[in-house]
Amino acid sequence: MTPHTKTALKPATGAVTLLIGTRKGAFLLRGDRARRTWKLSAPILLGHIVHHLVMDPRDRLTMLIACRTGHLGPTVFRSTDFGKTWKEAQKPAAFLKVPEGQQGRVVDHVFWLTPGHASEPNSWYAGTSPQGLFRSADGGVTWEPFSYINDDPQYREWMGTVQDGTPDGPKLHSIIVDPRDPAHLYFAMSGGGVHESVDGGKTFATLVRGLDVVEGFDAANIAVHDPHCVRLCPSNPDRLYQQNHCGIYRIDRPSNEWVRIGKNMPKQIGDIGFSIVLHPRNPRQAGSVCHEEWRKELGETGQGVPPIGCLVDRQAPGDDGGRARAGWPLFRNNQRRGLGQSHRRRKLDVPGPASS
Amino acid sequence: MTVFIPTPLRSYTRQKGEVDAQGATLGEVLSALDRRYPGLRFRIITEQDTIREHIRIFVNEEQARDLSAALRTDDEIHIICALSGG
Repeated sequence: MTPHTKTALKPATGAVTLLIGTRKGAFLLRGDRARRTWKLSAPILLGHIVHHLVMDPRDRLTMLIACRTGHLGPTVFRSTDFGKTWKEAQKPAAFLKVPEGQQGRVVDHVFWLTPGHASEPNSWYAGTSPQGLFRSADGGVTWEPFSYINDDPQYREWMGTVQDGTPDGPKLHSIIVDPRDPAHLYFAMSGGGVHESVDGGKTFATLVRGLDVVEGFDAANIAVHDPHCVRLCPSNPDRLYQQNHCGIYRIDRPSNEWVRIGKNMPKQIGDIGFSIVLHPRNPRQAGSVCHEEWRKELGETGQGVPPIGCLVDRQAPGDDGGRARAGWPLFRNNQRRGLGQSHRRRKLDVPGPASS
Repeated sequence: MTVFIPTPLRSYTRQKGEVDAQGATLGEVLSALDRRYPGLRFRIITEQDTIREHIRIFVNEEQARDLSAALRTDDEIHIICALSGG
């Protein structure tokens, strides 16, 4: 396990580009080296619903966009020149065609993209709605169903139907490749639990112990587990964090049990949300947006930008031997109501990183 | 026969709104179009060979329900995308 340092990490410096996906297209927001002035690109694929926009860290030039429009079918676009030009995949992710008379599945949208392992150039994974797992071996030009789960009766039962759960359709997401081992994979399904493979996808096992489910449902039923986002710590690949429908969790492998660290969140905030983003260098720091906080900020109109909480997991095992300390200090990037409006007024003058 | 292309699909047809195509059935015509304009077919036809939910295809003034619809050489095919918003 990577030892922690108690010395505060210095903020990263240098030019940065933010990749932004929206329901109306994608944008690249480029900052200068001082990160004081920002330039927004023209819209990419204007009018497309962008579900995921991901840069390939292996060459830092290739980008993939998973998108669709309101009426056209799902597809993937690919750029090999850092977003200057885009070409559509020749064979987008699609389920196998079933024989006449059988009910086959149809990919509604590609929801998630993950670059493959550094030792496997041009490999990518994709997760879809309804839930399916796909892989490309040629940089996203052609996609094939990956592993057995798309048509496995047990997995199909856990996946449920498009009528279950998520309003925009159930999703396979959070595909994670262990940076130390290309055969060690994770993925999550909302709903349908968290799953792990140690043999390159030949087999998967559930990883749901310790996770709560909605009251009244049986946690032994994998179908009712609803992970919203799972992330592997870049600075400690044995640690994963999870934002679940029922709380925020951490797991330290080889343990198979998730710990609900979100219970230490302030009650007025709660620990129910959708996203979670980890600090690139500090394995104890994460950012999340929680429902209660979001609802308060957005008010009745539903307009505005939700606040992002910067959470420090002080209970994570580390150089203090795992002794529990204070729970989850929360750092808001702006305490005032109307955060979204002030952001819009000031355009790109986004507050700097929160600090303790 | 003539196939009328809606604006969301004209990025595939080099912005042409009308293209010529040949085929004895709707499926054959769309396959021929896809060979000439790669990627177009999958945006309107699913991997199970059904017409996508928010797409309608008319042969002359009759709606085609599936790819087996028979065609004549003088037919007009209209691909229509649903509109939404407001």
